[in-house]
Amino acid sequence: MSRPEHIAPPEIFYGDVEATKYTANTRVQTIQAEMTERAVELLMLPEHRKPALILDIGCGSGLSGEILTEHGHEWIGMDISPSMLEVALERETEGDIMLADVGQGCGFRAGSFDGAISISVLQWLCNADSTSHSPAQRLSTFFTSLYSSLSRGSRAVFQFYPESDEQVKFIMTFATKAGFGGGLVVDFPNSRKAKKFYLVLWVGGEMAVGPNGETAKQELPQALMHEHEGEAGSSGPTSVKYEKRRSDRSKVKGKGKKKSGESTKDYILRKKELYRKRGKEDVPKDSRYTGRKRKDAF
Amino acid sequence: MRLLTHNLLACHARACTTTSNNFPLIFKDVQVELIQAEPNPDFIKGFLPKIEWNALVKTARSLGQDVLPEQSPDFSKPLNDEALLNSLHHILLEIHIMEGQMICPNCSHIYQIRSGIPNMLLAEHEINK
Repeated sequence: MSRPEHIAPPEIFYGDVEATKYTANTRVQTIQAEMTERAVELLMLPEHRKPALILDIGCGSGLSGEILTEHGHEWIGMDISPSMLEVALERETEGDIMLADVGQGCGFRAGSFDGAISISVLQWLCNADSTSHSPAQRLSTFFTSLYSSLSRGSRAVFQFYPESDEQVKFIMTFATKAGFGGGLVVDFPNSRKAKKFYLVLWVGGEMAVGPNGETAKQELPQALMHEHEGEAGSSGPTSVKYEKRRSDRSKVKGKGKKKSGESTKDYILRKKELYRKRGKEDVPKDSRYTGRKRKDAF
Repeated sequence: MRLLTHNLLACHARACTTTSNNFPLIFKDVQVELIQAEPNPDFIKGFLPKIEWNALVKTARSLGQDVLPEQSPDFSKPLNDEALLNSLHHILLEIHIMEGQMICPNCSHIYQIRSGIPNMLLAEHEINK
């Protein structure tokens, strides 16, 4: 899977060429539309709040905004890439768009929005694109300002492509610190391609369901599954009976230094990294020869 | 950018976090365009409680629009005043600010507006950490 966030900062990666390509690509369009539909579904807007005012974080060229318009909602979008916004202008999207860096916080009055969606954006925030950027600080600013600009009982849904479990945890920490409740919904968890991550966050433990102040407890929605994999994923055995015993035994062997499943090369690299971190001098450089087996002597 | 958005935007520079004087942003040298929009009375009704009435009236007046009453209507009762709904629709959703500047009343940061898109980016020293 390609990771554009590793290539360049968003406002540079989505330059004129890439922005036009992205928006004209029908495959991107369908996927974005599907994900936006799902995100709107996960927002679970109560009937009396429709049509609502939605914040689209990282609206890009307005592909996701179009779906919001189709649902009859008003939306305000923010994005950091001027080229993407230019494409949005050409496409004459219905919502208002603005040039903003969400990592600097969103400057809206408290309680402005009935909900927020964000499609394929959050992973960009985990990168430090300039020396003054700190992902931790940017995420924290972002979530804190988002929390205050949402009205009570509303939700924010982020579709994103996490790199690892640690990254999910990292993001979740800042969301929780900002006061959000919620969690991760993984659609089609057993499919490599259709698997999608949605971070569903809410403000306050109760969501408004009726016009006269009726509330219901916020609950994480069910993830989608392919029909045939329903059982295998949830109730089937996840490990074989004696599996644990074998892993226990392997732990005792050796000096207990090498982590299980780690190759000799990984071990060497890990140790060298550790020494560098501790500031030890003369740690040999990593090269393609590092940890390689020598030729068999005849 | 419509006045709907303007009514929600506050300055988010570091100097303005502890003040309530960061709203509303003041328009300067603006070019306005009127673009017809589908009437959406349900949306307006739902959005009413969120409006900062005084700011909206003040901003609309500064743009030469004085259809809104000085006194804010009672939001606790359902709004059935057809004329008021129409004028709110016009003010909130049909007036587009195309070019110009928005200035924060507190820190005087100038947010430029070009082809209808406000530039809300902050300089490094203004970011709220």
